[in-house]
Amino acid sequence: MKAVTLNGLSKVYGKGKAIAVNKVSFEVSNGELFGLIGPDGAGKTSIFRMLTTLLLPDGGSASVIGLDVVKDHKKIRSRVGYMPGRFSLYPDLTVEENLTFFATIFNTRLAENYHLIKDIYIQLEPFKKRMAGKLSGGMKQKLALCCALIHKPAVLFLDEPTTGVDPVSRREFWEMLKQLKQQAITIVVSTPYMDEANLCDRIGLIQSGDLLTVDTPANIISAYPEQLYAVKADNMPALLKTLSAYDEVLSNNAFGEYAHVSFKDQAIEVNVVQSYLQQQGLSGIELRRTPATIEDCFIKRLSN
Amino acid sequence: MKQFLALIKKEFAHVLRDRKTLLILFGMPVVQILIFGFALTNEVKNAKVLVVDQANDIASRQIIDKLEASRYFEIEEKSNNVHEVESTFKQGQVKLAVVFPLNFHHDLLHQNSAQLQVIADASDPNTAATLTNYVNSIVQDYTTDLNRSEVMPYQVTTQVRMLYNPQLKGAHNFVPGVMALVLMLVCVMMTAVSIVKEKETRTMEILLASPFKPILVIVAKTVPYLLLSLINLVSILLLSVFVLDLPVNGSVLLLFAESTLFIITCLTIGIFISVKTSSQQVAMLISLMGMLLPTILFSGFMFPIENMPLPLQIISNAIPAKWFYIIAKAIMIKGLGFSAIWRETLILAGITLVLLMVSLKSFKIRLS
Repeated sequence: MKAVTLNGLSKVYGKGKAIAVNKVSFEVSNGELFGLIGPDGAGKTSIFRMLTTLLLPDGGSASVIGLDVVKDHKKIRSRVGYMPGRFSLYPDLTVEENLTFFATIFNTRLAENYHLIKDIYIQLEPFKKRMAGKLSGGMKQKLALCCALIHKPAVLFLDEPTTGVDPVSRREFWEMLKQLKQQAITIVVSTPYMDEANLCDRIGLIQSGDLLTVDTPANIISAYPEQLYAVKADNMPALLKTLSAYDEVLSNNAFGEYAHVSFKDQAIEVNVVQSYLQQQGLSGIELRRTPATIEDCFIKRLSN
Repeated sequence: MKQFLALIKKEFAHVLRDRKTLLILFGMPVVQILIFGFALTNEVKNAKVLVVDQANDIASRQIIDKLEASRYFEIEEKSNNVHEVESTFKQGQVKLAVVFPLNFHHDLLHQNSAQLQVIADASDPNTAATLTNYVNSIVQDYTTDLNRSEVMPYQVTTQVRMLYNPQLKGAHNFVPGVMALVLMLVCVMMTAVSIVKEKETRTMEILLASPFKPILVIVAKTVPYLLLSLINLVSILLLSVFVLDLPVNGSVLLLFAESTLFIITCLTIGIFISVKTSSQQVAMLISLMGMLLPTILFSGFMFPIENMPLPLQIISNAIPAKWFYIIAKAIMIKGLGFSAIWRETLILAGITLVLLMVSLKSFKIRLS
């Protein structure tokens, strides 16, 4: 039995006008860390809400730990943990009160599954008498994760847990997820950050409600057909302009301080390109081969 | 059961930690009772009167003394000039003028009748009517005293008794009214906001994803406000007994039981609004416009329902405050027992039950 199964799941908002999720199918195995990667508005939250039985699907079906999301919503609710994208705990309750409240609602006690949240909760402990609304962003996320874990869920749904969190807290958060994986908890996580995709066992790329591909990050990257080059020059806007006018260039995207470029001729010589760019009046040119990233793959799939 | 207690504990934390709202909740009934008790009263007391005594004889002076002795009037000024009457009225200093003509006593003795002019400022018709009635009865008194020695051949005297409220105190009317109003406000508005607040702050999303029972959530939301309202009820009753001298004539226990029923009715109305709306503002507006206004209009506390056109009278039946007002008046003022108010009690209970069922049915167990 798979932990999560989606079968042509669809969600349409407002009398059939806005298709948020379009016949999405994938499976998540037990104990897997699965990432749903896509920009804002791709339909990630809608999928999460349907899987946590908060929304009714408009088409297709889905099951979580073998239970149907429509018929068995009560059973699912007591067996899964859910952390919504926006902070949804009670800001006027303290850290401790929030935890105790959710423990009781899920018919358990803080002590019972303390081992699960121990590593996270230790960081929160100094602030346990503080109102949840007065915590920092990273602390809020940790508390929300604790609350979602308190009943030892079979599947943990984390909707954009690292959005709006500083880079250090983000890295910490993913460390925590890796540790949870050791506890045999299936984790489904969504994120708009492509760099986090590599941290998942498998990922699904999603855009405008359509699932583009599902595979391991390594497979997705190795399936990138062309050789990529990272190019840099003193004047980046001019470089990008020059590259898009160059007929040898197949694709060309700004990528931080570099431009990622692929060429029509896979056997193209680096010097040829370099001298062409110099002829065009660019200086400080740096050009080297680079492996594709998830973002490159994502953009490639979008342009097809 | 544990879940239920946890939910109640959480609701108490929400209520008690919101200090400003709490202050309003406890302050409002006190302020309202005091305002209604001392400022907004329609009793006429110490109305300023202009006396124009052209006669200045024994009869006129005796009547003036009687007027002055009454607590309704305060003789503002005396004058001999009739022409001053109009200007004094225009300045708005007096509500009433009493004009004694020349030879008042003489006419009374020799012609067996004398005329006394009473001029009232009828821009407020109720006050004008009340004041002229008072003057009438004082003058009547005086004439009866005069004729005490003589036996009048045929005479009908009216024996008036003001039941339940012999001193015609306004407090008798408004304390039950304010009770209905305050309980309505506190219970409906606060609970109306409570569930919708969870929708707005998204805490509902995480609550929905947990194995909770809607009925527990709904009931838990109402418990703190039920207790709060009972405290308010006690403070209203204490104020009315010790500050406004309005004793509770009937059983205090029965009054508490009926008030609790009314509080629960209001709480379910609040819950119903909360379940049906999606933002705190809308919930607030509906409870203010949809509840407060009809309560003031149709409870019978400010405007007598019997005087309304039939359609409005029918509408008034749907207002729980009307029934509570009848019940509270019956117990507090008339000192009646349960046998007199069982019908109203039943109606309130019925409204509550229907609302509770509808709220439960429309409680969404999913996001929409």
